[in-house]
Amino acid sequence: MGNFDQEFDASGLNCPLPILRTKKALAGLEAGKVLHVIATDPGSVKDFDSFAKQTGNELLESTEEGGKYHFLIKKAG
Amino acid sequence: MKKLAIIATKGTLDWAYPPFILASTAAALGYEVQIFFTFYGLQLLRKELNLKVSSLGNPAMPMPMPVPVLMQALPGMESFMTMMMKKTMKAKGVAELGELRSLCQEAEVKFIACQMTVDLFEFDTKDFIGDIEYGGAATFFEFAGESDICLYI
Repeated sequence: MGNFDQEFDASGLNCPLPILRTKKALAGLEAGKVLHVIATDPGSVKDFDSFAKQTGNELLESTEEGGKYHFLIKKAG
Repeated sequence: MKKLAIIATKGTLDWAYPPFILASTAAALGYEVQIFFTFYGLQLLRKELNLKVSSLGNPAMPMPMPVPVLMQALPGMESFMTMMMKKTMKAKGVAELGELRSLCQEAEVKFIACQMTVDLFEFDTKDFIGDIEYGGAATFFEFAGESDICLYI
C-alpha cells in the first residue's frame, strides 16, 4: 500500500454511499493529494474503477486484504 | 457536461430507491441531473417520508418465510413487510431514503414536481420539501430533450 494523505473508512456501507462519500472526501482535498478508501462492499471494486475513469481522479491502487477492499485515489489536478 | 433526466412515477419504498441512487451517483460523476416526479412518485417529495412496501402483486419479493397470498392481505402485513425491509436495508448498510434524497439536493440535482398530479390528488405543497420546481410535461422536455440518458422509473 502506497502513501496517502487522508483516509476514509466506508466499511459497512453499501452502494452508492461509498462513492458518494468518497466524492465528498475528495472535495476537501487539494489536487494531487491521495485518499485511502476502505470498503467492504464487493461491488465497490468495479465501481471505484468506473468512478476514476469518469471523474478523472486517478485510481493508483485497488487491493483486497482480509475481506476489505482498499483504494488509493489521487485527486485530479 | 453530460445530462441525466429521470421520471419517477412510483411511490413505494422499494421503487423510491432507483431514482435517488442513480441521480446522486450521476451527480457524483459530474452529470447534471433532473428528476421529474409524477403520479405516485410525488410521495418521494414529502418532508415526512412514510413509504411502504407490499408483497401483494409482487411474487418476486424475497420473503423470510413463505406467506400465502391471502395472508399477505391481512391488516398489518404491509407495515410488517415494510419494517422487515427497513431492518434488512439497515443491516446491509443501504442508505436511508431521506439521506439519499438530501445527498441529491446537496449535489444540486434538480427536482421538478408535476403540477397536474399535485392538483389531481389535491396534495398540499406545504407537505413537500423545499427547493422544488413545479411544472408540466413541457418543462420536463426542456431538459430531457438535451439529455444523454433518460430513464422512466
